[in-house]
Amino acid sequence: MREVEVARVEEAVRRLFLKMNCHMLPDVRTSLEKAREEEVSELGRSVLEDLLQNARIAADEEVPLCQDCGMAVVFLEVGQEVAFTGGSLREAVDGGVRRAYAEGCLRKSVVCDPLFDRKNSGDNTPAIVHFDVVPGDKVRLLATAKGMGSENMSALAMMRAADGPEGVRDFVVETVRRGGANACPPIIVGVGIGGNFETAPLLAKKALLRPLGVRNGDVRYARLEGELLERINGLGIGPAGYGGTTTVLAVQVEFAATHIAGMPVAVNICCHACRHGEIVL
Amino acid sequence: MKEAKRIEAPFGEELARSLRSGERVLLSGTIYTARDAAHRRLVEALERGESPIPLKDQVIYYAGPAPASPGKVIGSIGPTTSGRMDPFTVTLLEKGLRAMIGKGTRSQAVLQAMSDRGAVYFGATGGAAALLARCVRACRIVAYDDLGPEAIRRLEVIDLPLVVAADAWGGDLYREGPPRFRREI
Repeated sequence: MREVEVARVEEAVRRLFLKMNCHMLPDVRTSLEKAREEEVSELGRSVLEDLLQNARIAADEEVPLCQDCGMAVVFLEVGQEVAFTGGSLREAVDGGVRRAYAEGCLRKSVVCDPLFDRKNSGDNTPAIVHFDVVPGDKVRLLATAKGMGSENMSALAMMRAADGPEGVRDFVVETVRRGGANACPPIIVGVGIGGNFETAPLLAKKALLRPLGVRNGDVRYARLEGELLERINGLGIGPAGYGGTTTVLAVQVEFAATHIAGMPVAVNICCHACRHGEIVL
Repeated sequence: MKEAKRIEAPFGEELARSLRSGERVLLSGTIYTARDAAHRRLVEALERGESPIPLKDQVIYYAGPAPASPGKVIGSIGPTTSGRMDPFTVTLLEKGLRAMIGKGTRSQAVLQAMSDRGAVYFGATGGAAALLARCVRACRIVAYDDLGPEAIRRLEVIDLPLVVAADAWGGDLYREGPPRFRREI
């Protein structure tokens, strides 16, 4: 067994959230720059220029790109030959989030009780943690600071196999048509197809963590991504929802095995502050 | 693109009615932040005949800032989704609220009340929070301190860059903008 101190996990989580909140990912910046060149709407181009300038200010001043510094989501892939020492792994993740959000002057946006008290926990914990056990002796942390404005516009449909690719396309496009303007466009759309009621949304979230423009390895799903990109940009929602030709920067699809009787489809929308990062210990 | 119009808050109905959807403005003066929890409390206070802030001719910014870094007036402060405030907005407009700053679409009831009363809805660029923070010169919590980021703050702003998203004449950029760029595929 390889021993890993949970303090190392805490430190990795802290570093990930401090960095992703203040520094726009290079692939997102490149994509916004390209959109600024290609956008047809003059007002849309000025919105895209604002977003690029915002990213420069955030990086220069080490301040968050967006006041909604998100809810911390961490995918932890743990090698089965790893033994954690020095405390609770779950608490180490929360500890890293707590320190990042305090030290980085990041907004704390988590309420403990969703329905009645809605009292702010004060330190942006608890984080949402997804554990997976994999072969090997490494620990891989995939993290994202997910804002709620775009999360609120996401959707899940329990579709029928008979709905086919056309049904999936219509559902994804309709979800963006209804909520896209509120989700801080240009957006990134993650689509999860298959699995069960709980797995499709997880696939959609993981799809958002892929580098922009990296197509699905299966040529049929890659084609679906391209078709969705075209159709969504054809909606005309545009930057900030004011109208324009850039509504989505990327559509990324993940799929998994499902039941003979169903085809769950989840659409997870992410704003242009597509904040995520990865560390392997 | 037409040059942005400079306006000063608070302002009256005449100025509000002169603004048209799609127009860019630079807003200076005094505005208040309020979002979800503050709206709930504000409307409850109004039902008791109280109000912790003036509403007549005022501007409310739907925003909850990040904490200020050392030496700064305020942390990043971009708009939140306005639609969540729709259930409370007609009440505030009835009390004289003149303008709102946020992002995203509004309900028909809000747009109608804006037309009836001569109010305007500005869009600020969602996610441009570090850039928008540079326009804030002073910030003070004036109500509901316990709500943290959701407390009501009075802001002094200079040249806050906004777009008239919906005007007092039924104009709505979120409805009128996209069809101009729509392509059937």
